[in-house]
Amino acid sequence: MNQLPDFSTLAVGDALPERVKPPIDRLQLALYAGASSDYNPIHLDDDAARAGGLPGVIGHGMLSMAFLGQLLTGWVPQRQLRGFSARFVAMTAPGDVVTCRGTVAARGEVDGEARVELELSAVTQDGRQVLVGSASVALP
Amino acid sequence: MSYEAFVGHRFPPFSVDVDSWRLRFFARAVGEQDPLYSDPEAARAAGYPALPAPPTMAYSLLMDAGQPFRVLEVMGIDLKRAVHGEQAFTYHAPVCAGDTLTGVVRIADVYTKKGGALLFIVVDTALRNQHDAPVIDQRSTIVVRQG
Repeated sequence: MNQLPDFSTLAVGDALPERVKPPIDRLQLALYAGASSDYNPIHLDDDAARAGGLPGVIGHGMLSMAFLGQLLTGWVPQRQLRGFSARFVAMTAPGDVVTCRGTVAARGEVDGEARVELELSAVTQDGRQVLVGSASVALP
Repeated sequence: MSYEAFVGHRFPPFSVDVDSWRLRFFARAVGEQDPLYSDPEAARAAGYPALPAPPTMAYSLLMDAGQPFRVLEVMGIDLKRAVHGEQAFTYHAPVCAGDTLTGVVRIADVYTKKGGALLFIVVDTALRNQHDAPVIDQRSTIVVRQG
């Protein structure tokens, strides 16, 4: 288990420990299709992806969002998480290495509890931003 | 065709079971190493009654119930023109293996951008558990290429 961050000294601009995922491969896309009930063939079948105008299969956007979720739950217990959102801005492909990053954007009080608002991003090895997101975390 | 008429449309409630095997499968698929998400003992040690669903798992429960496609079907939109643009979760209480969730899907907003070239459909789903307690609210934004 990760040690809890020191919330008393947490300040705007502080970065979460980044999380680098192993390269996305076709096996992972197949597993994720089954585990997430997203059977869209553009994630599994090159022919279907090409018929849709893509160069080949692409990763599920929600798989990258799950990676961002791991950044969060590796940093604080999940029950501290109040909100989590992401915008899908680019596609991933097999071989891509996704790095998840977060920084503290604000500190404040919401509904009577101390919270931090985080800015999140998921980027590939070539610096392509695939997700832009945010999260709201209650301080323990 | 004016899609704005669909704003406020509510779909019949759906129900979905949260299965322990399924949660372990999801954890494996996303490369989750934390035993909290695959070992019920670790989950209990962390204070959960059973394996907890990780933060984005609830979207898959909507997929199980076929909900995202129902919206496009009702609006008469070709799935191939649609992409998932944004996803947001608001958490009220944990979702764990053994729970049965009930949800209602509602089309919250419809608008266009780029002179009508892109249609945005905002879909809200409120999920409650078997104790009728709110657990997770979801907002999905679907982007449709038009013309």
